[in-house]
Amino acid sequence: MFGAGGGTSSYEEAEHTDLIVLWGSNARETHPIYFHHVLRGIHNGAKLYVVDPRRTSSAQWADGWLSLDVGSDVALANALGREILHAGLEDRDFIARATSGFEEYRATVEPYTLEHAEKTSGVPAALIRELAHAFARAERAQLCWTLGITEHHNAVDNVRALINLALLCGHVGRYGSGVCPLRGQNNVQGGGDMGAIPNKFPGGQDVEDPASIAKFERAWNATLPRKAGWNLTDIFHAVERGELDTLYIIGENPAQSEADQEHAMELLRSLKHLIVQDIFLTKTGELAEVVFPASATWCESDGTVTSSERRVQRCRKALDPPGDARDDIAIMVALARRLGHDWPEYTAQEAWDECRSLSPWHAGMSYERLDELGGIQWPCYDEEHPGEKFLHARLWEDPVPGERAAFACVEHEPPVEALDDAYPIRLTTGRRLDSFNTGVQSGGYTSPLRRGETLDISPEDAQRYGVREGERVRVSSRRGSIVIPARIDPGLRPGLVFTTFHFNDDIATNLLTIDVTDPKSGTAEFKACAVRIETAAV
Amino acid sequence: MIRGPIPQAPAQPPKAQVEITIDGTAARIPEGSTILDACKSLGVETPTLCFLQSLTPVNACRVCVVELEGSRVLVPACARRVEPGMVIHTDSERVRHSRKMVLEFLASSVDLSTAPDAQRFCERYGADPARYAESDGSAATVEQPVKIDNQLYVRDYSKCILCYKCVEACGVDAQNTFAIAVAGRGFEAHISTEYDVPLPDSACVYCGNCIGVCPTGALMFSSEHELRARGQWNEAEQTATETICSYCGVGCTLTLHVQDNSIVKVTSPIENDVTSGHLCVKGRFGFSYVQNRPDDV
Repeated sequence: MFGAGGGTSSYEEAEHTDLIVLWGSNARETHPIYFHHVLRGIHNGAKLYVVDPRRTSSAQWADGWLSLDVGSDVALANALGREILHAGLEDRDFIARATSGFEEYRATVEPYTLEHAEKTSGVPAALIRELAHAFARAERAQLCWTLGITEHHNAVDNVRALINLALLCGHVGRYGSGVCPLRGQNNVQGGGDMGAIPNKFPGGQDVEDPASIAKFERAWNATLPRKAGWNLTDIFHAVERGELDTLYIIGENPAQSEADQEHAMELLRSLKHLIVQDIFLTKTGELAEVVFPASATWCESDGTVTSSERRVQRCRKALDPPGDARDDIAIMVALARRLGHDWPEYTAQEAWDECRSLSPWHAGMSYERLDELGGIQWPCYDEEHPGEKFLHARLWEDPVPGERAAFACVEHEPPVEALDDAYPIRLTTGRRLDSFNTGVQSGGYTSPLRRGETLDISPEDAQRYGVREGERVRVSSRRGSIVIPARIDPGLRPGLVFTTFHFNDDIATNLLTIDVTDPKSGTAEFKACAVRIETAAV
Repeated sequence: MIRGPIPQAPAQPPKAQVEITIDGTAARIPEGSTILDACKSLGVETPTLCFLQSLTPVNACRVCVVELEGSRVLVPACARRVEPGMVIHTDSERVRHSRKMVLEFLASSVDLSTAPDAQRFCERYGADPARYAESDGSAATVEQPVKIDNQLYVRDYSKCILCYKCVEACGVDAQNTFAIAVAGRGFEAHISTEYDVPLPDSACVYCGNCIGVCPTGALMFSSEHELRARGQWNEAEQTATETICSYCGVGCTLTLHVQDNSIVKVTSPIENDVTSGHLCVKGRFGFSYVQNRPDDV
């Protein structure tokens, strides 16, 4: 945000803040060790507010739980903004000095009264007012989110709506105040930082910026495309249009992780060439023409990953990989050579040093310093630089150097798939504590917590549809249908059911989910589709 | 991104220095430090069993006691904060005698075979637990069958010295799950789940943070327990490699303990800023998917 795609704060700041908002995040189960820092904050006197349709184990720790209807985040955030403005609690000095677009923002949020938000989101007006006042009056506040914000068709709007609140109250760029997207996988942050996104070179440098292009062309002695590439969603659309017939997939299992799984499988099958590089023969690998067995990056190879607090840390080889499995870099170099390019052998450290020479954010992070300091938070411009605990301290300089932080005008848009008589129930998906994504990793150990996949349903709906605990029910959406045992969960509200996609081989949840994506981020709306439940003849 | 000033955490106000004397050496120690901190800064080695830097002191084991002039009783170094003018003796006859007896009581009633620190202290203080044996040759012990009720870790309370560390790590000092507490009194005191139910019926979330703090091996990875039972546990042959957990985006440092190209145990460094030595169930136990032994699949 404001020119840097990373959380602005450090975890330790959660311990030294006055208010923590977890929005669309069940950190207690999905980021348990981050939640340890939150718990220390709570024990030090911080208030916790959790915004989540479900009364999760995180929400159970909250001073206030805002149980919103799935997909009403912008309506709620805009109402919080309006309430802060009407109560005169905004940080006028900060807004005047460090931000732009405030008047437009004020006009955008004006219609979002507490009453409107209560009607749209289902959160009582008094609770919205309480959070608005608590957030604005807090000396320091952390605003954190996870996939509950980003797995929507309007993901980027949701994020912008939350950042607006931080700008409104000056809750960014100071120790203890910041905005933190908690990353779902161990190197989501690092993958993006390294340029594994279609519009960035390593270090957040724009792929369409002529100076950056020239710099990377010089370094790589190659001609680079002038335009940003495709994200995963664009890639699938290109396959659909017949513009793309070859895919080389490294460490991703889209045959099971994509929304609307049946459709995703069809597209993968339609490819002329599919190459998959992974540590297991995944469902995607089974569709491939060529499979490259890879070593597990975190324990069979050396390298770095980057965490949700922008901390670059070393991964080190502890095990020899099995069989013919090889390091990812070695596979790519071997492939490049077979394709006629004279690539040298690279160690992980050599690849990293090349990255440091091209990315100012990482320039000062030698392996030696990473070892010595236990990781370094970017940006780290040179080998004297300690890395930065929090970002955007410049917004508190007078005058502000560089660009001001921009408010964004975003409007509420309900989930694409509305509820109706045929599909009257909202299905939302997420994770459980002991499992992970499609289960490729977490399926390997025997967790005593694991009950197998269930459809979690409120006691009210269980009664309404005549569903008993453990009973197998048929859940159908417009795209597909699965049979799944029911689990009655008092943390759910009537009209809302929950499940995961951890046990895809048994229960293919993504047969149900909807493949509509955010136009800017390409993320699918895993958090909201419409389903119905049937108990008979299962 | 614009390069701005390097952001700083607010500076802590400087701490006043407290003048104390330890074993005849005068020292200036920052206000708020414990006697244990002071001993460490002076290089005075003090045995501890129930103390851990990441946990609140509970004063349970009494092995760190020191003699404080003017105090009727010995005081626990781990919890007592320094005060101006304190005169402390860490190696007086009274201190050595007290430490020795504490260790003898523990060693006579508890299996310390997997507690290297306690063994080392016993040697240092010349503890002779055999002298507590009754006429039939046996002292009262806490010996009992190993509790094995899940596939991730075992609880062998024959080895438990009731240091409370597991209770603290499960409670407010780290995990805040509160699955275990001390039940019973006197010699009958023991660590228990609610109503003594097996772990799978308790509130336990299998973070294993209790294992991470256990000083005696009473709480142990099933993998380690099984290897020990087969006589195959070989610490000398093990490597310990620090890496980053493969699951969520928090970036917890894992120390992988590897024997014969297999991960046999996972810990995290206590001084690590992200974890303070604590992990979740996935980080601590979710490694099996990379084990390439056929019998692990």
